Amino acid sequence: MRRRLPFSPWHLLLMPMALIFVLPLVQMVLTSFMSTAEINQFPPQLLPTSLHLEGYKALLTETPVLRWLANTVLVSAISVVSHLILCSLAGYGFARLKFAGRGLAFMLILATVMIPIQLLMIPTYLMFARAGIVDSLAAAFVPWLASAFGIFLMRQFFLGLPVELEEAARLDGASTLRTFTSVVLPLARPALATLAVFTLLSSWNDLLWPLVAISDDSKFTIQVGLASFQGTRRTEWSQLMAGNVLATMPLIIAFLIAQKKFIATMTFTGLKG
Amino acid sequence: MALTFAATPRSAAPAGHRRPQSGRRALSRHLTGWAFAGPATLIVVGLSLFPAVWAFFISRAKWNGIAPATQVGWQNYQRLAGDPDMAAAAQHTLLLTALFVPASIVIGILVAIALNQKIRLIGFYRTCIFVPYVASAAATGILAGFVFNPQFGAANEILRNLGIPAQQFLESPGQAMYIICIIALWGEIGFTAVIYLAALQDIPKELIEAARTDGASPWRIFLHVTLPELRPVTVFTAIWQTITALQLFDLIYTTTRGGPLNSTQTVVYYIYELAFQTQRLGYGAAAAYLLFAVTLLLSALVIWYGRRRGTEAF
Repeated sequence: MRRRLPFSPWHLLLMPMALIFVLPLVQMVLTSFMSTAEINQFPPQLLPTSLHLEGYKALLTETPVLRWLANTVLVSAISVVSHLILCSLAGYGFARLKFAGRGLAFMLILATVMIPIQLLMIPTYLMFARAGIVDSLAAAFVPWLASAFGIFLMRQFFLGLPVELEEAARLDGASTLRTFTSVVLPLARPALATLAVFTLLSSWNDLLWPLVAISDDSKFTIQVGLASFQGTRRTEWSQLMAGNVLATMPLIIAFLIAQKKFIATMTFTGLKG
Repeated sequence: MALTFAATPRSAAPAGHRRPQSGRRALSRHLTGWAFAGPATLIVVGLSLFPAVWAFFISRAKWNGIAPATQVGWQNYQRLAGDPDMAAAAQHTLLLTALFVPASIVIGILVAIALNQKIRLIGFYRTCIFVPYVASAAATGILAGFVFNPQFGAANEILRNLGIPAQQFLESPGQAMYIICIIALWGEIGFTAVIYLAALQDIPKELIEAARTDGASPWRIFLHVTLPELRPVTVFTAIWQTITALQLFDLIYTTTRGGPLNSTQTVVYYIYELAFQTQRLGYGAAAAYLLFAVTLLLSALVIWYGRRRGTEAF
């Protein structure tokens, strides 16, 4: 095998590039298993001498990190499920159903894309305060229940589907909802997968919303927990890296398992379909 | 009475019978449409347009969120114009955007071309370059604080091996913004590269083949066939990355928190500090509106530039 394929000069570019992207993450994992003495020695070492679990132990005893992880899982799960249901329904409505105000509603949704999150920080915080959801997990997932991006993505996908299948179902007497759930949705798997991946990434990695709206540390998501922990322990690197591993590894492992599909869904973002 | 009742339906049966039913059917059609589209529309519009309008009213008041607000008209905006912190924040934001957007496009294209080669290990390379995109910006910031630590960080260790003196990186007011830009690129290149990779694979093979049989060099093929084909994707990437750069917050929060000496205080970070650290809600909202205006203007410019170049090419 090796002799048949000539060595490509592209490796000289790609190998160092791949290392630049991956080595910091490798160092993150390795450092989380080092002792403080090992981290502070000079010259710095990449490999720990043995598996030190002090960083993880300190993190687990001094912070409710598992609670933060559980909160994040819950927030992400609610965000993804809500996105899949609401955005696919709305996308179908805007693509196929004719109703009064459809054009105006869709225009309004498109217009919201231009509004930056910073403009929304202050009034949204005040809205959450009045609704009484400040300092609750709801403040972390309410902004992710549905999105203009999700509605737009699903609408584009449904517009690309041939309408004949739905017409056949309607002629057989199926209701709009039944046509949607049993004919249209099964065809929409690639678009739904894209939507799920993007929503999972945004809600799991979100820092800003939970940061401004949640100050009770038992309601923190993992990102806010990490950031606040970092504020008090600037130099406890093994603990910080242990926290980083817990915050990033669930998504990274999920990505490594499903990477072919993952990348396919990223490229699906409407640029191809 | 009975007659009219009997007569009306009989004589007007076709039209009269159909009209109410089609009205009912139309009503049910509208209701079905809104049942599908309504909930998501309500959430998206309710969580953005409504607060955006509210933010405008807040921006014309002096308010700490607790005591009653006092209306001050355009005073917040007038004061913004003469605020040196705002001017500095705007400058830092523009510097970051001017570095980040072109770099992510150029590097994204180069990486995509490298990843488009049919060589061994290519799947491995693709995985490596994409992984940082999955990591959160908050975690990336904390990790960067370690890698660029002036005392024992890996970055200075590499420089030491190359014979370059140790740098302060994130602790130097002159370097911090550039380092943040590099960290942001590290996290985002995976996304642009994948988008460009998909676009490269969509270019019809016949186009490249035709140019090659005409005797065009690989460089000329890249310049006159590949690049023009990538233009729509570039418009998309430019807008997307401009928004990313203008709104960069998480990374700054977990690396420098605006320091050292406010050298990485961007407009976004300034607004956050105004509203949530010093409770100057009205002034913060005015700054946010200014940022919004700039974002709109920049996006419009990019779209206009892309269109102009697009029409020139064809």
